[in-house]
Amino acid sequence: MRTFAFSRADDVAQAAHQTAPEAAFVAGGTTLLDLVKLDVMRPSELIDINRLPLKNVEWLDDGRLKIGALVTNTDLAHHPDVQQHYPVLSQALLAGASTQLRNMATTAGNVMQRTRCPYYRDPAAACNRREPGSGCDARHGLNRLNAVLGGSDACVAVHPSDMCVAMAAIGATLTLQGPEGEREVAFQDFHRLPGDTPHIEHDLADGELITAITLDAPLVPAGSYYLKLRDRASYEFALASTAAQLSLDGEMIGEARVALGGVGTKPWRCPEAEAALVGQPAEMATFERAADIALRDAVPLEHNAFKIPLARQSIIRALREATRLARQSGEQEGQA
Amino acid sequence: MNDLTQSAFNKPRVVGQRTPRIDGEFKLTGRAGYTGELLAEGMLYGYPVPATIANGVLESLELDDALAMPGVVDILHHGHFEHLHRSPNSMAHGDMVSEVRLPFEDERIYYHGQYVALVVAETFEQARAAAYRVIARYKEEDGAAIGLLHTDAQGELQESAGTSRGDPEAAFGGAEVKIDSTYQIAAESHLQMEMHATLAEWRDDGKRLVVHESTQGVFFQRNAMARIFGLAQENLEVISHYIGSGFGNKLFMWPHAVATAVAARMAGRPVKVVLPRQQDMTGGGNRPASRQRVRLGADRSGKLTSVIHDSTTETSLVHQYVDACGSATPSFYACDNVSTSQRVLEVNHGTPCPMRAPGEVSGIFALETAMDELAVELGMDPVELRQKNNAEQDPASGLPWSSKHLDECLTSAARRFGWDKRNPAVGSMRDGDEIVGYGMASCTWSAGRQPCEARVELRADGSLFAACGTQDIGTGTYTIVAQAVAELTGADLSRIEVKLGETSLPAGPLSGGSMATATVLPAVAAAVRDALDAIKEVATGSGGAFEGSDADSLEAEQGGLTDGKRRVSFEEILETGKLSSVNGKGSAAPGDERSEYSFRSFGAHFVEIRIDPDISRVRVARVVSTIDIGRAINPPTARNQVEGGIVMGLGMGLLEKLDYDPRDARLINANVADYIVPTHADAPDIDVELLDYPDFKHNEFGGRGVGEIGLTGVAPAIANAIYHATGKRYRDLPITIEALLAAS
Ligand SMILES: Cc1cc2nc3c(=O)[nH]c(=O)nc-3n(C[C@H](O)[C@H](O)[C@H](O)COP(=O)(O)OP(=O)(O)OC[C@H]3O[C@@H](n4cnc5c(N)ncnc54)[C@H](O)[C@@H]3O)c2cc1C
Ligand code: SF4
Repeated sequence: MRTFAFSRADDVAQAAHQTAPEAAFVAGGTTLLDLVKLDVMRPSELIDINRLPLKNVEWLDDGRLKIGALVTNTDLAHHPDVQQHYPVLSQALLAGASTQLRNMATTAGNVMQRTRCPYYRDPAAACNRREPGSGCDARHGLNRLNAVLGGSDACVAVHPSDMCVAMAAIGATLTLQGPEGEREVAFQDFHRLPGDTPHIEHDLADGELITAITLDAPLVPAGSYYLKLRDRASYEFALASTAAQLSLDGEMIGEARVALGGVGTKPWRCPEAEAALVGQPAEMATFERAADIALRDAVPLEHNAFKIPLARQSIIRALREATRLARQSGEQEGQA
Repeated sequence: MNDLTQSAFNKPRVVGQRTPRIDGEFKLTGRAGYTGELLAEGMLYGYPVPATIANGVLESLELDDALAMPGVVDILHHGHFEHLHRSPNSMAHGDMVSEVRLPFEDERIYYHGQYVALVVAETFEQARAAAYRVIARYKEEDGAAIGLLHTDAQGELQESAGTSRGDPEAAFGGAEVKIDSTYQIAAESHLQMEMHATLAEWRDDGKRLVVHESTQGVFFQRNAMARIFGLAQENLEVISHYIGSGFGNKLFMWPHAVATAVAARMAGRPVKVVLPRQQDMTGGGNRPASRQRVRLGADRSGKLTSVIHDSTTETSLVHQYVDACGSATPSFYACDNVSTSQRVLEVNHGTPCPMRAPGEVSGIFALETAMDELAVELGMDPVELRQKNNAEQDPASGLPWSSKHLDECLTSAARRFGWDKRNPAVGSMRDGDEIVGYGMASCTWSAGRQPCEARVELRADGSLFAACGTQDIGTGTYTIVAQAVAELTGADLSRIEVKLGETSLPAGPLSGGSMATATVLPAVAAAVRDALDAIKEVATGSGGAFEGSDADSLEAEQGGLTDGKRRVSFEEILETGKLSSVNGKGSAAPGDERSEYSFRSFGAHFVEIRIDPDISRVRVARVVSTIDIGRAINPPTARNQVEGGIVMGLGMGLLEKLDYDPRDARLINANVADYIVPTHADAPDIDVELLDYPDFKHNEFGGRGVGEIGLTGVAPAIANAIYHATGKRYRDLPITIEALLAAS
């Protein structure tokens, strides 16, 4: 822990202006303060954004749902509109962290959370993400938790969020406020692949503040399922997870969305797997084929090869469950 | 004294009854001061700087920046420390330590997390901030001695730790049915709730040292510190009133305590150090990894003809710790040909130490899994196999058991569990996506006893006071001492005050080895009797309430004395005698009974696991256990020990693993998010039955202790259940998702 200046922002424009390059916004603090105490993050200044009016959840006229950056993970998970129209997001949030953490954690903070790669969290280890050019201790080290998708020679760190996996599947847009004004970024473009610059994790310029995340209009009528596989039953990051959403057209799959967690260097949407589902019979053989396609490019490291079959299992089961729920909701529609 | 078959406690009134913890209120209201929370006038805070390498040399420390930070008072290190002596590290002399190497003794780095400096500052935050500013330069050396499970190194044979009877090799060679398997268990962390903590203060111009420590043994720490600092024991006081559990890593002192005491002397002010969790995990003890080979020979009927149990465990380069895996094996089953051996491998890890059921819990995993393998090989029910080989007397010593009811444990737990509904065919029991597996194992832990002293006062204000220099590590020792006093005096529990955890009190034992109850209560009882003799003397003396009566005709009843016709309270007797109190002293020690009987507790765990093979998920659904611990002095806290042991066993079986990097021996998951222990959501439905057969041969209260047995046998029961579900035999712990996947 190093000393830092501390201030509170009272309005959005001011927050986006007042930042020095070494400054950091603090929302729930559950990622930031942890990493500050580990000496991994070393901000010179902390700007507390908790007073900003970014705590609303509202429908836009075009049928999308706009979530304020400071809505807590708990509030979002239990929000009736989320539970009803985006159950996969609610499930993903509730599968993450613990009640106490979710009470503090915010929507934007969750998007911005850092990897749990153990070498990233240890300032004595070589880590390109933490210290560009220092090397990657995970690549030939204990890399059980690392990524099988989207890695580079420089970095194979997993993006650990559950919430983001659901958002990747749903589709979303981030609203960013910078010194130069507001701009929007598609959710799938916000997190960067590590490439040669793993330390550049997001499409977020210095001083830019996330003010909202707007979810694409919900799929209707659809079934959705978030399945998180991990060693213990609760309070652990995913080893592999799947957010699946699909709508049915009789026995055939209408639309389909699949995103993976725990295996990719960013929240991992699987467009090719989705394409392999659309218009196909909603049955195990289809799910298995989609899973194989989703993991076609997966590259194992010494200790994480199991994540490939595990992710495959999570995709198949999540699709099976989403189909079951889609049938159920279809039946309810039919009865109504 | 040692004819214990006739106990005063055949029909106890308070002992054996459900008794709320007498310290519960203090804990619930925050008034129970744990070491880390204590404050002393003028106190400073220390924060250790841990080595970031596991093998090499500390070349230099750059301290200027850190020393210039606000609030920093001093930084201790190899070049700036007192000259001290090592503790002789003797169990017999009560000065054993967890790590004989003194802090900063040399500039070699033997393990990741070893302290290279201690920053002392006005506040905790200042100390920590400055600790991060200390720049340590190392010369890291290749060839770190890496963990046992990553190497073929064999380790040193410990001649004194092996046993042998009969001709096990020959018997194994000729056996009709053989099992020969190797088992590996990852190193585990104690992960006790309260981290190691020391508050040290020198008084009387530096002649006297007072130390508050979260410890399972105040006397051991005092004795060791006396040796290290060259002080008379009388000039050292160690205090530990409340402890947030220890699981063995607080039995013997660690280097942080020595460094803290030195810091306090050098600063001339009290200093407190509370280890952060990372350092608690790197340098505050662990259960070492083990590799064990078990060979069982049996005849076709299932009768064991040979048991050979060879174990290797890790120790550090700075301390020799032997985790004796085979120690229960010679006593477990009736078999004429049994041998055990133990090797120890030095590795560049933090020093291991006893962890709940040390050695035996690992050994029993191997032995009880091997027994399941044998049952499968024989096509025999695993319960029946165990009954068939039941040891009617202790085969290791040839002595009769003081009291053994394993058979009842097996049958009762099996009945409550519904073992008869088990279809023995592998994978035959299904429920939706899940395969159900049933498994079982026996469990055991030795029943030891130590010498102990205690003191009791009956006071004129009607209160009673009992004192003993043992500790309550959260298990409920305060309460059982009060129960013993209440039992013998008839006084109300609310009038009884208990003081533990100070070396100024009569010498008490370590809180370890499941020995505290059987050790402390007889001494307390002796002290109560002594105090009763004293008050009887007062009562029968001139002017006394029972003047002229024969003291032997008086009995204690409801906090007073009675001659059968009338009762006079202790209060009134003391008042009449113009006395503030009477004092009783007592001591008790194991005696001849130890050469006449063998003392050991037994029990059985039955486990239902559910495995969803298509998502590689295994969960423990249900555990039914029956354990014979003699008499449970306070049944809820006794049961709580077993339940906690079961949850810990689940962690050992499925989750827990200290991850040391095999390249450089650094520990990479020293935090509670990445070192995975069971959560509430993992805790199964638990049904614990404690048989109630008081063991009066062990002590007059009939209790054998309960802290450790519940953990033993859980992991093999889980592994055996997984075998039943999947047909795959897991011999390495924890049984991970990748292991499940590899099998499918
Ligand atoms: C023990 C533990 C277990 C966890 N388990 C899980 C889990 O299972 N699944 C899971 O998904 N997550 C898990 N988490 C992570 C948790 O979800 C995140 O820590 C949390 O969502 C971060 O939100 P926050 O508001 O606390 O962020 P902060 O810690 O306040 O901020 C995190 C980062 O975001 C930046 N930031 C915050 N707000 C903004 C903004 N509006 N605009 C721009 N930048 C911003 C900060 O500067 C910082 O860099 C766990 C965390 C812990 C500590
Ligand atoms: S995988 Fe990425 S985060 Fe982990 S050590 Fe390598 S560079 Fe750092």
